[in-house]
Amino acid sequence: MLSLIPRGGKSQFWEYASPVLALLLTAATTGVIFALMGRPPLVSVMTFLIDPLFATGGLAAIAIKSAPLILMGVGLSLAYTANVWNIGTEGQFTIGAICGGGAALYLPDGSAFLVYPVVLAAGIAGGAAWAGLVAWLKVDFNANEILTSLMFTYVAQYVLVYLVTGPWRDPDGFGFPQSAMFSDATSAPKLFEESTVHLGCLIAPLVAILLYFVKEKSVLGFRLRVLGQAPRAARFAGFSENRLVWIALLISGGLAGLAGVLEVTGTLGQLTTTISPGYGFTAIIVAFLARLNPLAVIPAGILLAISYLGGDAAQIELGLPNAVTGIFQGILMFYLLGCDVLIQYRIIWRRSPGKASA
Amino acid sequence: MADILSSGLISVVAAGTPLILAASGELVAEKSGVLNLGIEGMMLVGAISAFSVAHNTGNLPLAVLCALIAGMLMALIFGFLSLTMQANQTATGLALTIFGRGLSALVGAGYVGIAAPTLPSLNIPVLSDLPFIGRVVFSYDVLVYFAFILLGGVAIFLNRTRWGLIVRAVGDAQDAAHAIGYRVITIRYAATLFGGATAGLAGAYMSLSYSPLWAQDMTAGRGWVALALVVFAAWRPFWVLIGAWFFGALMYLSLYVQGIGIPIPSPFVAALPYLGTVVVLVLISRDRRRIRLHRPAMLGRSFRQTV
Repeated sequence: MLSLIPRGGKSQFWEYASPVLALLLTAATTGVIFALMGRPPLVSVMTFLIDPLFATGGLAAIAIKSAPLILMGVGLSLAYTANVWNIGTEGQFTIGAICGGGAALYLPDGSAFLVYPVVLAAGIAGGAAWAGLVAWLKVDFNANEILTSLMFTYVAQYVLVYLVTGPWRDPDGFGFPQSAMFSDATSAPKLFEESTVHLGCLIAPLVAILLYFVKEKSVLGFRLRVLGQAPRAARFAGFSENRLVWIALLISGGLAGLAGVLEVTGTLGQLTTTISPGYGFTAIIVAFLARLNPLAVIPAGILLAISYLGGDAAQIELGLPNAVTGIFQGILMFYLLGCDVLIQYRIIWRRSPGKASA
Repeated sequence: MADILSSGLISVVAAGTPLILAASGELVAEKSGVLNLGIEGMMLVGAISAFSVAHNTGNLPLAVLCALIAGMLMALIFGFLSLTMQANQTATGLALTIFGRGLSALVGAGYVGIAAPTLPSLNIPVLSDLPFIGRVVFSYDVLVYFAFILLGGVAIFLNRTRWGLIVRAVGDAQDAAHAIGYRVITIRYAATLFGGATAGLAGAYMSLSYSPLWAQDMTAGRGWVALALVVFAAWRPFWVLIGAWFFGALMYLSLYVQGIGIPIPSPFVAALPYLGTVVVLVLISRDRRRIRLHRPAMLGRSFRQTV
């Protein structure tokens, strides 16, 4: 049977190699699944992972899809470092989109320089408040944040459905469940002429860089890391655990809200009942793939953005359901968790447990 | 009036059943110290397995069996990563849910909107024909009754048998259990697989009885509610039953309110069960001492055999 032998320290090599190995194994396994579904495995994996890079507008599409993943992945990498398991970013994204979208719909039209920052701030505040609820329930009532943040995700979706089928429904929208289109002043500015790439694609990597310094170089980052790795030490050192829980949730929620408002004002142009293809859950994988390092979140977000586009490519070119994306993401996460064991342990195969000296 | 009452009670029992099934298995897993957050994923894979087998063969017992096995296979992935490979249980459970959503969506892509054969209600002579009682107590399909038997069995197993005591020992004091010769990892594997099997059954109930029409993410968070139920019940089986019915009542209420035209926007009513879960969780969890008293001490901890 398999046996794990401690290395007596962390292997630097495997710290970097494990995500790469995980990715290769995922690609291979995805190929097997393609083969099982009757498609040529190698060509299909190429279609899934490489074609999106070279499609017309492919890079723009990758940039747009990776922006929300990076923003949320960065927030989660901070929260998970402190052992604060916010898995409700999908809901915080939705509330951010609602608050920012509402501001965009109802603010008096004016100069974009004055109006758009308010729209963004409303989105951030919305996401932070939604996560703040989770923090409040955890700190004051000891309620498990995994369960409450997820329950609030469902509630957020219903709030969105209520608004776009009710009070915010576009009167000129032929009865479709969607809001009016946002005006130019309340839409995310485009970075280039004639391009779909919007402000969010610039903000996301900047936030990642900023939070890298917060996490690695600031006292706050140090405290969050201590809380995550040694909660007792954090208590003895006099760090307020409650305050850190609040901070971790407010930051991850606020960034999710920012991602939400950028998505609806930059990419979609209006509120509808489906504003996210599960970005909030995929961001969890982004954070893990990046091993909770905010800088590494950037390439990790780009990779998972490609997996969304790969699903579309697989649908168009191979006639496969685009749910292939979800499978790819799930398998990637499994392999990541499995390969990470190599950082601390050597794996050997031996007949029976307990005989060799460990 | 009796009609409204009986149809209400029936809806509550039906909505509670998948929760009882899933929570019974999770309860045993958690008692052994394993926190599997992948219930939602195991349920979805169970649901699509049952659905596709039922649709393609028409053989309902086989469909239920396949759901059970599918749930166990999912749990096996979890066990391998978290028990053998020492991966973080929280992260592994999340991964299992993400994977299960993707897998069920992929397999189910061809079945969206198609109806499957439905589990028949047991028709017990005489009893099922009784007025009121016949409808409210003797009109369900086999999985509903099995859920009660399962929960009762779990209660007896955990509290009245030697093996139940061993499971609890492993969950409360893994090193002590190991020291007196119990195989901690093996026992945890067994508990985890049991949890997978019941989650698979909960999925089968969803797609063959509760809403026999395949839709992506059709479990709609019930796996997570089942997790909350275990906390709500403070790891005691009887309270799982109460919690499941409470949640079932909230589900029914949301349908009922819409049905009789009370002017509350339907999305708000639909959100009620999720809000109710949060409220219940908060009320229970605020008593930190009680939670600490009942929570398996090793919940979520990994165990590595060194000697």
